[in-house]
Parts: sequence; C-alpha cells; structure tokens
Amino acid sequence: MPSFVIAEKCDGCKAQDKTACQYICPNDLMTLNRDTMKAINQEPEQCWECYNCVKICPQQAIEVRAYQDFAPLGGNVIPLRGTDSIMWTIKFRNGSLKRFKFPIRTTPEGSIDIFGGKPEADISKIKQPGFFSHQGAGKTMPTLK
Amino acid sequence: MEKETCTFSYCQKPEIVEVETDLLLIGGGMACCGAAFEAARWATPKGIKITMVDKAATDRSGAVAMGLSAINTYMGDNDPKDYVKMVRGDLMGITREDLVYDLGRHVDDSVHLFEEWGLPIWKKADDGFSLDGFQANEQGKAMLKDGGVPVRSGKWQIMINGESYKVIVAEAAKKALEINRQATGVAQNHFERVFIVKLYHDANDPKRVAAAAGFSVRENKIYLFKAKAMINASGGAVNVFRPRSTQEGQGRAWYPVWNSGSGYALGMQAGAELTMMENRFVPARFKDGYGPVGAWFLFFKAKATNSLGEDYCVTHLEETKKLYSPYAEKLGTCIRNHMMMVDMKLGKGPILMNTHHAMAELAKTMDAKRIKHLEAEAWEDFLDMAIGQAGLWACKNIEPNKEPSEIMPTEPYLLGSHAGCAGFWCSGPEDLGAPDHYHWGYNRMSTVPGLFMAGDICGASGHKFSSGSHAEGRIAAKSAIAFILDHPDYKPNIKATADEIAGELYMPFETYEKYKTISTDPAINPNYIRPKMLQTRLQKIADEYFGGISTWYMTSKTMLDEGLKQLTLLKEDSQKMAASNLHELMRCWENFHRILSVEAHARHILFREETRYPGYYYRGDFLPINDKDWKCFVNSKYDAENNTWELKKVPYVQLVAD
Repeated sequence: MPSFVIAEKCDGCKAQDKTACQYICPNDLMTLNRDTMKAINQEPEQCWECYNCVKICPQQAIEVRAYQDFAPLGGNVIPLRGTDSIMWTIKFRNGSLKRFKFPIRTTPEGSIDIFGGKPEADISKIKQPGFFSHQGAGKTMPTLK
Repeated sequence: MEKETCTFSYCQKPEIVEVETDLLLIGGGMACCGAAFEAARWATPKGIKITMVDKAATDRSGAVAMGLSAINTYMGDNDPKDYVKMVRGDLMGITREDLVYDLGRHVDDSVHLFEEWGLPIWKKADDGFSLDGFQANEQGKAMLKDGGVPVRSGKWQIMINGESYKVIVAEAAKKALEINRQATGVAQNHFERVFIVKLYHDANDPKRVAAAAGFSVRENKIYLFKAKAMINASGGAVNVFRPRSTQEGQGRAWYPVWNSGSGYALGMQAGAELTMMENRFVPARFKDGYGPVGAWFLFFKAKATNSLGEDYCVTHLEETKKLYSPYAEKLGTCIRNHMMMVDMKLGKGPILMNTHHAMAELAKTMDAKRIKHLEAEAWEDFLDMAIGQAGLWACKNIEPNKEPSEIMPTEPYLLGSHAGCAGFWCSGPEDLGAPDHYHWGYNRMSTVPGLFMAGDICGASGHKFSSGSHAEGRIAAKSAIAFILDHPDYKPNIKATADEIAGELYMPFETYEKYKTISTDPAINPNYIRPKMLQTRLQKIADEYFGGISTWYMTSKTMLDEGLKQLTLLKEDSQKMAASNLHELMRCWENFHRILSVEAHARHILFREETRYPGYYYRGDFLPINDKDWKCFVNSKYDAENNTWELKKVPYVQLVAD
C-alpha cells in the first residue's frame, strides 16, 4: 500500500529546515522533487506501509493507496496522531466507516528523565550478571547452578 | 571479468569524515537503543565515548518502526527456566540455553522502563476484562514493577498500546547519548542516515575489529568510525527470497523491508563465526497484508482450519509424528506450518482464521459495550503494527466478526529475535554452568574480539522479540564497556587508507558514471547491474533453488549445489553494481549484504543433512529429523579475503532439565 502525496496539500515543508516525510521514512523513500518542490515516494514497491510519513506530515498531505497487486480500490485508513493518542478512520470499499482512538503515550513527549531516581553503576560489579538498575537495587540475579 | 576500480575519474570524490570513539553502536533499533541506555550509565563516569550510527531516523528505525500491539517477552511471575523450555521446544530442540536464560532473567527490567517512560500497557480490570493503558491509569492500576497485572495474550506476551513504542524507546536512547556526549565533550555522537557497509580489522591485530565505514545517504560524505569495541545490531534479512507479492506489494514483507542482512554481512566480513544460519522464519499470517495472527490465536482464541473446517493440527499430527517426533508433539511454530502446508498441497485451502467464530464465542459472555471494546482491540492489533492489513480488510469489505480470513505462509526471512535463530555464535554468561565452548570472557561478544552482537543477529537464541532485543543490547553494552576497560591502552588503527575505503564504497557511482552514456537507456546497459535487478536475481535464485515459495520450501543437495553456482556468478556481478544516486548506492550495498546472508543460509542448509525445521524448509533428500547425527549446532566461518567457507558441527548441551 504505497504512500502517495496529495499535490494540492504538499508545500514541500518550506517553513521547516527539512522535509518531514523525508526525515522520518525508515526506508529512505520520500524525497523532495526540486522542480515542483513537492514530496514524492521514489520507490513505492519498497514501501512497508508503516505510515510514518502519513503520521508526521504537518499538512496531512500524505495518504496510502492499497497495493494494487492484491487490494481492490476504494478502502483507506487515515490516522490523526496527537501527543497522547491516535485517531484512526477506516473507510471500507462499501462506504462504511469505523473510527477508533487509542492511547500512544502516558507521559509528555520529551519528558523522560532516564537516570532520575536510578542508582549509579557500581563498576566493581560490571562482570556480574544484572543491569546497573538490578545491582543498585540489591537484586540478586537467579542462576541455573 | 575485468575488475573495476574507483579512482574518482568519473564520479565526484566525497568528503571523508573520521570519527574516533570508544564504543560504536551499529544500528538504531531496539537492541542499540537498549545498548545506548545501559552503556551511558557505565561509560560516562569513566569518560568512555559512545556513538550510535543509524541508517534511518532513530525515532522510527528498526523492526519496531511502525509500532507493536504486544510485548512478546515479559516474564512476570514466570520462571526463566520455563522460558528456556518454551524456546527450546519451538526451535526444535537446539538452542543456546545460557543465552536464552540470561535474557529471561534480565528482560523485565527493560519492560518496566518502557512503562515508566510512557508506554501504555494494558492491565487487568477488577472484573477480569482488559483496560487499555489510559483506563488503567485512570483506575489507579499499579505499574508492572509495583505488581500491576498485565493482560496476557499468552504465557509470555502482554498487550500494549504500542503505536509510539519505538519513539519512546528512542527518546530514552537519544537522551542517554546526549548525557554521554556532554560528559565526554564530543561534537556529535548520534549519526542518522549513515549506512555502515563494512568493518575493518586492526592493523596490528588482524583478528580484532577496529573501524566501521559507511556513507551518508543524504550528502556526499564517507564516514570512518574508529572504535575500541562495537555492538552490531543491524538486523536480519528481508526480501532475500522472491516474495509472494509482485510489483507494488513487494514492500509489504512481514518483517521490515529495510532489514537487508547488514547485521549478518558486517559480522561475516569481519570473520565472526555464524551459527544456525540454516534456520529461517516462515510466519503464517493473514494473506497478502501479513497482519499479525498472534492476538487472534492467543487472545481471541480463534481457530485456524482448512476450508472444509478440519483442524490440520489434529488431522495431520500422527503422520507428522512419524517424521518429526519428539518435536511434533510440542506443536511448535514450524510444525504447525508444516501441517497447514500438507492441507494446502492437498487442495484443501484456503486456510482460514475463523475470526467470526471466535468473536461470536466471546460475545456470549459480554454485553454490547464490551463487544465494541473487543472489536476495537482486534482492529488495534493491526493498526499498531500492520496498518496495511486494516487497509486490505477495508478494501475487501471484510468484517472479522462476520466472516473468516485467509492465512498463508509467507516467503522465508532470516532473523534471530522472533521464532527464528539465525545469527552469530556469541559468548554467554559465565555463571550458569555452561560448557567451556559457550563462553570466552565477554557476554554477547562474537568470536571476533571487540565485536559484540545483539538482537536479530545474536544466534541460536530466538524468541527475544522487542523487549528481549532491548535487554540484549543492554547486556552486550555492559560487557563491551568491561572489554574497553580491560584494554585501556588500545588505540584502533587500520591498514586501509580513507581514500581506499572511499573508493570501495563509491565504486557503484564510478561504474555508473563511466558507462551510463553507452546506451540510450541507462537502465539497460551491458557493463553493470542496477540494485533492483541485483535483488531480483538473488530472490529468484533463493526461491527456486534454496527452498522458497515456488518449490513449497523444498530443496536438496543437488538443488543447493546448482543454486550456489548461480549465486557465485551473482556475487561476482556485484562488483559491477551501479548507482545513479545516494539512494541507489544504499540499495546496492544493502543487496550485497543480502547476497552474503543468503549464501550463508544456503551453505548451512547444505551442511545439515536432515530436515530440522519442517514448515520452514525441507531437505527432500533427508526428509526426517535426525537427532542421532544432527542434534547439534552448525557453525560456519566465512573468509572474505579468500572467499572460502568452513563449516562444522558444535555440540549442543542441555542446561535446563525437561
């Protein structure tokens, strides 16, 4: 189900320092056409349909059209990703709709305090089993012996 | 064939950036994100520098890029010994029980971190039904680390709202890297869109790795990272066999299409010993969309049958036992595949997942509100991790509560973190009573000093999944820091010059620019092969000779021998691969990595004269399982310089009693 860019909506992320879809695509598919200054999927047959370009696009200019080697026309799936949850709209070929909302995160983006309240690593135990967190909490790792 | 060289006579010479670091993390998936977190805590007070290099953007790289609907490895109240028994059973009796046990005793700490960082985890409500991550918080349900009760979809799996799983784990990793960067005073220690292509040995110690080279896929820059130790966690191999889908749909591989065998190829070229590369994974998934079936089987209790309503795991069990006892009885993943395929070959397909029966059964005990909740849960399973499957059902007007859906065994994949175990032979922990040949000092170090492995490519230890890969990255990182501390005077140094490396990496550009004007269409040219056709030919060879879908996963010595002949020619042709832009340069090297991965796979299958994994592949000339001669690991070593292979049997030792 390759992603495609809606020409009317894409503004080439001109207000930003880089194109959002190009930045995020795990397979390096999204690229900016320098002539039209709009994004394109340069290799649709390598698209995994991960929807990361769809979710990140600030203009909601990217959608996905099902792979035509096995999917009939007419259905689509549209996400709207917020800071703590995601809304999905599924449109069936017969026109019926389903909508779902799921949590995605229980903490504010960027708020992770990775070592806050965590023990320091005890370098004398670096060759013993257990992470720094186990060892700092005095947990003994089980063994097979 | 005439050997080409790149002297930058035709293509532009790139800028060469050299980076000196201590611990290099190759990859940005779950394993390397775990490695960054753990390493930062141990390394930073000692002034040890950590650097991560990711082919993509770490927020959405690796196998969890899309998200996940479950964490498949969480011990909770389970004993890690039982986890070892499950893994051993599913992988047909041969597994590195030290590595698996070690993972089991560590993994929950990673899951607890994920929840603390903000991953919503389903909890069991007071009435026994499930609460999503938000509802659980609203109702004051305890966190897992404080005794909160997860929703189990199986003995080892817990349900999550995992759309942002990777984003959350990446945020923690990036913060760990930034803490380390500030403390060690380096300018940059996180490189995105840099694709590592090759590892280099130390000039003075030809066994040890000292550097990794790659290129930016965004600008004309070559990167040379010199490091005292490295963790290679750059994933398994996808789209190595001809996929069932054609044209557009080829991207809809079950496993992420960007896992191009780099993990295997990097280690192989450095001379690291492989293990169990004959293993592969052929998941049975919803047809074409390859959406997950685990939650349907385990959580919704759906049954798969042939189209006549027969349960192939019952009707074919007795005949399967004749060839594959005592493993058939355990009904592991490959055995279930095998019995499904028997029915498909008898024309009793399509095989159906009876979602409608399962929903009807569950509805008997639920009111309308709960049924609506259940329906949402079923759709979330797709929307969190295989969105295209939801799209396919929408396009085909499929409502799972009204009709069944077809399931199908996919094309083969090479991996070691899911229900597969192809990877490198790595040292295990020393405190578990494992035999001497299982450990050589540093946990998760390969047979190449300084080169550690984690995630998909640490072999003979499947069923880690996302959480286990994160935990394994942490185990590897801690032990890599110990390795660095034990070698305080070591300075990495390599023989090859930066210019030679740049010439090697940019060779496909030079070839393309040199020859492209000879024909009127640069796509068709007798002097080179473009990456797309390199991949297509590899897939055709793998499929037809090494047991892909077109032969129903069947191969034999004669087929393997012929296929390896064809593969040798393809490998020679890879010296003539050509790229017209940076994107294609990445594809060229990815496909070269795929070729090496497949060669290892084929040579291992050829060496193991039995059918250890029916339902994944068959040796037609040795159809039964043969415990007497083959209840052992098969290990191999590739000599990249001389293009030769050594294969051997390595004893399996059972550490956990039945």
